[in-house]
Formats: sequence, C-alpha cells, structure tokens
Amino acid sequence: MDRMKQNLHQASKASYQDYFGKSISLFCASLVGMLVVAILYFVMTRGLATFTQNHISLRSFLLGQTWNPTQIGANGQPEVGALPMIVTSLAVTLLAALLATPFAVGVALFVTEIAPRRGGQLLQPMIELLVGIPSVVYGFIGLSALVPLMRHLFGGTGFGILTGTLVLFVMVLPTITSLASDSLRAVPLDYHSAALALGATRWQMLYKVVLRAALPGILTAVIFGMARAFGEALAVQMVIGNAVLMPKGWLTPTSTLTSQLTTGIGNTTLGTLPNNVLWSLALILLVMSLFFNSLVRFIGRRGRMQK
Amino acid sequence: MSRKTTDRLATGTIYAFVGVVVAILCGLIGYILITGIPDISWHFLTSAATAFTAGGGIRDQLFNSLYLLLLTLVISFPFALGCGIYLSEYAPQNWVTGLLRMAIEVLSSLPSVVVGLFGYLIFVIRFNLGFSILAGALALTFFNLPILTRSIEEALQDVPNLQREAGVSLGLSNWRTITKIVLPIALPGILTGIIISAGRVFGEAAALIYTSGQSAPTVDYGNWNFLSADSFLNPMRPAETLAVHIWKVNTEGITPDAVAISAGASAVLIVIILIFNVGARFLGQRLYQHLTASKSK
Repeated sequence: MDRMKQNLHQASKASYQDYFGKSISLFCASLVGMLVVAILYFVMTRGLATFTQNHISLRSFLLGQTWNPTQIGANGQPEVGALPMIVTSLAVTLLAALLATPFAVGVALFVTEIAPRRGGQLLQPMIELLVGIPSVVYGFIGLSALVPLMRHLFGGTGFGILTGTLVLFVMVLPTITSLASDSLRAVPLDYHSAALALGATRWQMLYKVVLRAALPGILTAVIFGMARAFGEALAVQMVIGNAVLMPKGWLTPTSTLTSQLTTGIGNTTLGTLPNNVLWSLALILLVMSLFFNSLVRFIGRRGRMQK
Repeated sequence: MSRKTTDRLATGTIYAFVGVVVAILCGLIGYILITGIPDISWHFLTSAATAFTAGGGIRDQLFNSLYLLLLTLVISFPFALGCGIYLSEYAPQNWVTGLLRMAIEVLSSLPSVVVGLFGYLIFVIRFNLGFSILAGALALTFFNLPILTRSIEEALQDVPNLQREAGVSLGLSNWRTITKIVLPIALPGILTGIIISAGRVFGEAAALIYTSGQSAPTVDYGNWNFLSADSFLNPMRPAETLAVHIWKVNTEGITPDAVAISAGASAVLIVIILIFNVGARFLGQRLYQHLTASKSK
C-alpha cells in the first residue's frame, strides 16, 4: 500500500526525463536569445561611445561630409562625417534592388507560371547554386572582369557606384528570385482558374490577380535582397574604390559603410576616437538591419490581414 | 493595343528577362570555371601560399577552411539542435516565444561584418584569444546558428503529429518520443540543413578577417598534438581561410599572380560548394530510405 502511494505521489521516470529534455532545449534557446541581446548591447555601447565619450554631435556625424577621424576640422572637432558612406550604401542598395526586382519577378513568373516544368528543372538548381556562391567570388569577378570593362567603356578608374551596383545586382538577384517564386507558388490555384474563367489572357491573369495576391511576399523578397545588399561587405569593398568621398558620378571611387569598416578596423586601436566612429558605422548597419527586419514583419502582418 | 497583343508582349518581355538572367548565370559560372580550372593543379592544392612571388598554392588555406568549418559545426550544432527542438516541440505560443523567434530573425539578418566585429571585440580582445581558429569558429557559430536552428525546426515540423501521438500513447515521455521517434525521422532534413549551412560557412569571409585573422603560419601536418604551437590541429593559431585568401591577394596587390590564384581558389570554392549541394540532396534521400525502410520519398 505504501509503495503504491509512493508511486502515485512521486513524479514518474518519464516526467523526469521530460523535465530534463525541456530544460536542456530551453537552455539552448535562451542562450541564442542572450547572444542576440549581447550583440545588440555591445555594438550599441561601442557605437554610442563616439557621442558619449568623444562628444561628437550626432548631426556632424550623420551630416558631415569629410571623413578624417585623425584630423581636427574647422569646428574644433575631429572630422567624422559619415554622410558620404551612408549615401553610397543607400545608393548601391536601392539601385541594385531596383535593377534586380524586374528581372527577379520575371524569372519567378517564368519558373512558376509560364514554364514550371522546363523552367523549374533547369533554373531552380542554378539559382540555388548562385545563392550559395561566396561573396568574395562575386567581388573577385567584379574586380577582374567588371572593373576593367567599366574602365574601357566609360573611362575613369572603373571603381564606383555603378560597378558596386552591378555586383550587388547579381548577388541579390538569386535571393529575390527564390523568395519571390515561393510567394508566387503560394497563390491558390483557384485564383488562376477564376481569372482565366472570366476570359482573362495569361498576362491579365498574372498581372491583375496573381502578382497582386503575391505582392506582400514579393515585397518581402525585395527587402531581404536589400538587407543583404546593405550588409554586404567584401564584394562591394573590392569594387567601390574605397575613398571616403561624396559620390560625384557613376564611376568615382567612393566608400560604403561596410567597406570602410573592413578597411578601417584593423588600422585603429580600441577605445580611441578613430575606432569608436567605426563602431558607430557598425551601429548604423545594425539599426538598418533592424529596420529592414521590422519592415518585413510589418508587411507580413498587413499581408495576412488582407486575406 | 488589344489584350492579346499585350499578352504576347508581356510574355516576350518575361522571356527576354529570363534570357538575360540565364546569360548572366552561365557567364558567371563559365567565367569562374574557365578562368579557374586551368589554374588548379596538384601543385596548387598542395603547396603553401607565397606572398611576394608567383606560384604559391592554397594548401594551408584549404585545410584551414575545412578545419574551421568542422569546428563551427561541432560548436553550433548542439545549440541549434536544442534550440530547434525547443521551438518546434516545447515552446508555448506566447510573447516570450515570439521574442525568441524575433531574436533569431534579427541574428540571421545581421550583416556578417557586424557579427565579425562582435566576435573580434569579445573573443579576440576581451577573452584574449587573439586571431585564432577558435575565435573564428565562435564568430561563425553566431552566423550559422539562426540558419541551422531554422532548418532543424522546419525538419522537425515536417514530422507528422501522428508519430508523436503514437510515441506518447505507448507511455514514452515527450523527451523519449522526440529523441527516439521524431529526430530519426527528421534526420535527413536536418542533415540537408547542416550541409547547406556548411556551404555558407565555407565561403564566409567578412566575419573571419578580424577573428581568425589574415595569416596562415606554416604548420606541421604530422604533429597531432593539438596543444603544440605548430600543430595543424592547434585551435589557437591564426588561420587564413580560402575565402579570406581570395580577398587578401586581391586587395593587397603584392602577389604577382593574384588573379590566377584567386581564379583557381574561386573555382575550388565553387566546386566544393557544388559538392555540398549535390551531396546534401543525395545523402538526405539515402538516409531517409535507410531509416524509414521506404523505397523512395
């Protein structure tokens, strides 16, 4: 009787096992969560040091046009204007996304709607392979093939926004294409049939029904592509010219946030102003990545509500 | 313009877009392989890199890349597995879980330079690891964790609920059900996820420049004592990987045959990633057949 009572009141072996498993997996999950908090915390404290310790005004950092952290500028403060890099980063990102979106949507439509069998079998694996090509390889091709070509065609050095945009265009194309095809595939078949039954041509069906239904997904794909382009470092660094100057044309050497980070961080010592401002650049990257992320979430919510 | 004409025009435009993209794809892969393959030789793969003279190889870089990949997977897989199991099997539907999912999304969309800088700050400087394979592997772990976690979670989600119910109704604990029934079924999917993420880790450079460093010291491939300084297994030595090597020879511009080296190294990278991709599919299918005794998927 006692043993029975004991058995009934004690947790079983199975529930101990479950307790063990749950705590282990929760431990791993919370570790990942803590890691993200740690990254945000460290990059933020480092990035804000420019403003709290070195007393640089946010205005002169974001809107200043000369970048020379070791020199004292006219206003008595070090010259840490990040505007040229911010402009270049935004420019290459937007241009690459603008250029890539029609191609990506075209290919996605081809793969999912026009020639699902032929297109799917041939293009799909190729696009998947392209997503996996390392960014240095894109950078190397840009440097060894695209830069001389640009120099030959347009003169100048061949480095600059145009070359950077073209390299990023090829890099984000597979990303946007594969995400856009996923969202096109998710459009219910009924929509197609309904449009065709009303006498729509294929293009009318695609344009008026399918593309509209898939719009939130396509927008998400474009934003993912932009996030990738904005954060891309080495491929851009190799073809952009790396001179922190306001871009004056399509092919003048300039610098993005990421390229300045990769070139600069090894040449500065931790805790000094030239190093702190680089962390501020990293902070801008972080904030932009959070911005892209919330944009995706926002579109996701809006897209769901419409259904 | 009649709607038929518009239809034909639009279809033509789409075909033109596809044509351009296919041309770019073929040009790209063709360029890498055509310029790269002639530079690959046994000598290229098995000799050390030289900085100032032509004719250097990529032996150390290739080994470093593979070793770093292995270490990264060894570190990141257990955590990703735990996290994936938690999210798929245990996590309640509440705001904490939502926050965790958001954290993983944020981590996966962080630029790899930022992840690399964080690794540099924490491991190289704070923990005093210096430029080392270990610091690089830890930075790559951050980079790899969200991708791996997501693919593991998806693989677990693909397992039908019936399997879980069957396990629990036999009196097994949830944990036993997960480890003995759900995980084996999800294994092919998990494996595919690992290999795909391995491809990404293998080609990553931006996160490594300031964590595992840009130099490849000569190591002794016969020295198996991983604590000794010149052992090839020593995780505390700096290690330039293949991708970092391509970046370095191109940006420093002191190696005379930089173009040939990077073309060859790019082709090696692409071929290895291609093998990963094909291998992932093949192995996943074979394993599925083996574990579930079914003829095909």
